[in-house]
Amino acid sequence: MALPCTFKRYLLLMAQEHLEFRLPEIKSLLSLFGGQFASSQETYGKSPFWILSIPSEDIARNLMKRTVCAKSIFELWGHGKSPEELYSSLKNYPVEKMVPYLHSDSTYKVKIHTFNKTLTQEEKVRRIDALEFLPFEGKVNLKKPQHIFSILEDYGLDPNCIPESPHNIYFGRWIADGQRELIESYSVKKRHFIGNTSMDAGLSFIMANHGKVKENDIVFDPFVGTGGLLIASAHFGAYVYGTDIDYNTIHGLGKASRKNQKWRGPDENIRANLRQYGLEKYYLDVLVSDASKPSWRKGTYFDAIITDPPYGIRESTRRTGSQKEIPKGIEKCPESHVPVSLSYHLSDMFFDLLNFAAETLVLGGRLVYWLPVYTPEYTEEMVPWHPCLQLISNCEQKLSSHTSRRLITMEKVKKFENRDQYSHLLSDQILPYQGHNSFREKYFSGITKRVAKEEKTSQE
Amino acid sequence: MKLLTHNLLTSHVRGVGPRGFPLRLQATEVRINPVEFNPEFVARMIPKVEWAALLEAADTLHLVEVPKGPTEGYERDEQFLRKMHHVLLEVDVLEGTLQCPESGRLFPISRGIPNMLLNDEETET
Repeated sequence: MALPCTFKRYLLLMAQEHLEFRLPEIKSLLSLFGGQFASSQETYGKSPFWILSIPSEDIARNLMKRTVCAKSIFELWGHGKSPEELYSSLKNYPVEKMVPYLHSDSTYKVKIHTFNKTLTQEEKVRRIDALEFLPFEGKVNLKKPQHIFSILEDYGLDPNCIPESPHNIYFGRWIADGQRELIESYSVKKRHFIGNTSMDAGLSFIMANHGKVKENDIVFDPFVGTGGLLIASAHFGAYVYGTDIDYNTIHGLGKASRKNQKWRGPDENIRANLRQYGLEKYYLDVLVSDASKPSWRKGTYFDAIITDPPYGIRESTRRTGSQKEIPKGIEKCPESHVPVSLSYHLSDMFFDLLNFAAETLVLGGRLVYWLPVYTPEYTEEMVPWHPCLQLISNCEQKLSSHTSRRLITMEKVKKFENRDQYSHLLSDQILPYQGHNSFREKYFSGITKRVAKEEKTSQE
Repeated sequence: MKLLTHNLLTSHVRGVGPRGFPLRLQATEVRINPVEFNPEFVARMIPKVEWAALLEAADTLHLVEVPKGPTEGYERDEQFLRKMHHVLLEVDVLEGTLQCPESGRLFPISRGIPNMLLNDEETET
């Protein structure tokens, strides 16, 4: 693929977790900021070093203000498979592009990072000294330099097989770090109000990024639970709505999900969670509502729908139903106000979700949701589809030896005409996924009695 | 429940269709909640508002100084946007009901949260 010559090349240093989720996150964010993903590398696979072309440094900085998958970004000045290759690569980098950061009035420092190997202080100093041929005119300042340059040495991914020389060496000017600190500051461990299935903070930010959430958007979660996914969107400046069929969860009543805690405190609800992080102004409303029977008037209101629907294992899948239908597992909860509960067939739920998204998303808006999968039978054809929604990405996270969940991101590309038009189409297409109706049974098969018993008690 | 939300909700009782909007608001407890003013967000919401429904709800709550419709160049009209900000986002109905105008069915609002659940007999298929 021919790269635009005017674009500078940047080196992204990626975090080594949620590997499959990284590329869609970066692509979504670049698209959000007006860039486009352009790279000379065929695939990235498991490597933490990604070289890409970005139209401007502004776009690169904006990317880093959002990403939780990338640790840092550097303006790439040179790279090679050996020191000699690196030096000749650096000699080919236009001097006029270097000079602004090296002139005599500026201060700088050179850092060296090695991956999968430890170097002695002496070895580090030698490598930095070897770069003396670069036109550094400024003063070294180790405490508060204006410019930081980095040498990065890649010794592979296998800690049991560390090579003598690095596979790759990179040299660049450090631009910015990513937002990985959000993972700690928004950790579920510190959150006031949590549920059985509250989403890990890192993944909730990844979801908001896959959803291209931006300031002043309206983001909706139809299976909001304790609101964890809304927090990430609110952090990025979106205003948030949530609904859930469970009255107690929405109101912050009933058993607490923290070990050793008896009841949820008076301040435990979704609004309080947003308040904890100073994000209360982004709270619009939450409603007790059945996602299969929404109460929104006809129109397109949501810029993104970001959700983790119940899989029927640790939280039950329910919807309101008729007395006439034979219910599986009626729940008698007078406080929860759910008249009758049926087991909600998973395929029906995704059909409803996609149709709802197609109808209520703005054009260009995104749906981001988790699809539970029984791995031995999974094929790509099983991923639900809709004529108005384009599949953007499908990332797997393993849950157990035979189950995983996939983060599906879709974008609305076509206007929704009317509801009836899609019902017959979808029931045919969704057929491959019908097998997943028994996801719950399949999940439990092959698990030891002890584990199955633990799952049952935690569902109460 | 904010008035912006009320403006987006409809009754989904079986057979009512578009006549389920707007829900008739009745409030026994209302709170004014100061929310940081964000003109860009308010401006984005204006095209989504159904004005007749908004005015009816505002009237029920005895709100004053409610604009009757979007003014020309409202995106840059700070006074207009501040009034709309107050009406849409700062008025919070804590206790009350929403009533389907066609069937009369009541949806309760408690602790600021509407409960839109219906039995299957009552819902659209």
